[in-house]
Amino acid sequence: MSRLDWQIGTVTAIAADTPRVKTFTIALPRWTAHRAGQHYDLRLSAPDGYRTERSYSIASPPEQTGEIALTVELIADGEVSGYLHEGVAVGDQLELRGPIGGYFVWPAGAPDAPLLLVAGGSGVVPLMAMLRHRQRAGLHNPAVLLFSIRTPEEVIYQQELEAMAAADAAFTLLLTYTRQAPAGWAGYHRRVDAAMLAEAVAHLPGAPQCYVCGPTGLVESVATLLQAQGLPDDAIRTERFGPTGS
Amino acid sequence: MPFVNKGFHAKRPTEGPHKLPPGQYETQDFPVLTAGPTPRINLANWEFRLEGLVENPVKWSWNEFNALPQQDFNPDIHCVTKWSKFDTKWRGVSLDTLLEHVQLQPEAEFALAFSYGGYTTNVPLADLRNGQAFIGLQYEGKPLTPEHGGPARLVVPHLYFWKSAKWVQGLRLMGVNKPGFWEEAGYSMYGDPWKEQRYGSDDDAAEEASTSSIRL
Repeated sequence: MSRLDWQIGTVTAIAADTPRVKTFTIALPRWTAHRAGQHYDLRLSAPDGYRTERSYSIASPPEQTGEIALTVELIADGEVSGYLHEGVAVGDQLELRGPIGGYFVWPAGAPDAPLLLVAGGSGVVPLMAMLRHRQRAGLHNPAVLLFSIRTPEEVIYQQELEAMAAADAAFTLLLTYTRQAPAGWAGYHRRVDAAMLAEAVAHLPGAPQCYVCGPTGLVESVATLLQAQGLPDDAIRTERFGPTGS
Repeated sequence: MPFVNKGFHAKRPTEGPHKLPPGQYETQDFPVLTAGPTPRINLANWEFRLEGLVENPVKWSWNEFNALPQQDFNPDIHCVTKWSKFDTKWRGVSLDTLLEHVQLQPEAEFALAFSYGGYTTNVPLADLRNGQAFIGLQYEGKPLTPEHGGPARLVVPHLYFWKSAKWVQGLRLMGVNKPGFWEEAGYSMYGDPWKEQRYGSDDDAAEEASTSSIRL
């Protein structure tokens, strides 16, 4: 396999997606095409020699060459996310290696198979790379994103997702607000449950490939409910995000 | 001149009785990471097997396995996703105890752990002996929960934690080092956190050679 060496990238753009989420676009001298769903490891080094690393999912599609976008949620007391949010500006350098991960990637089988994506919070990031890849590659397989967020201000990529849904009849965006919904909201306003997943699956013409990413509670519950709907285990791929001190 | 991120300093002190392997950070939580749904295992059908290069394959039922001598273990554990957790509290059966029940064939040098749900991971046999590995049945005084690998999990704490197969069903003794699930996907064949062997390209030349020879 090719070596996963550390390289020094340059931050070329920083965008605030929500009050607690920022996307960092980073130009890489040795960029290689990734698969949607993969991540990079990011390493911070202090002057006294202390180093720490975190993994961040790639938000950009492989069609966006020469650079990657990493979407980072600010974790309370987060050593790395705190530095990235408060200490990094456009033009700064960051040490990275990747792309990494060979299982939570799409497409994994037939790219025309129906696709069910279920996200909780910042778990939407690798799923967004899949949707962006699907769009940029001109794929039109039926796809649903069921996105669970607590409040309206937490909808990462909201405008882009809504534009994607408006432009592509084969893509359905389903939001559910678990705490506070926007004024006049007529959609889901509860945690993801069996009925909601059944409705999401019903938007698709056949048994889907499922990718589930979010906090452990959501991932455990959704994966179990999808199994209960008769989907085979190998059609359900999971990745867990959670504040683990990052 | 090594690369430095200006203005970056450790937020949490790492002094004390514990040491963090390179690149890791300490967490008080016990994060859950798996590639797919959590298998639900009926204890009435559960079994644990030692097979492969042994003269006498052995299999235990849940009751038989729980009747084996058990010990307490308090390892520090290190996940390749960068978290480490100190002083975890387990109770289970040492691999030394299990291996007393089989006569190994002389070629047996590696083990492939296999799990309910289809997960596999490879570990050299030498890393399972001399008190280095156990099958965990209890965590913090309670039966190990399914999300953490219950009813029974292989624990090899001196290697990255993906080697500690959840929902373990048995070990296959082999003469070749066959990659398991994550190893096939590009992760290290050995996974020493102190050498930061996260990915296949971090492996020593000797380990890489053994990987490539069996992939030919």
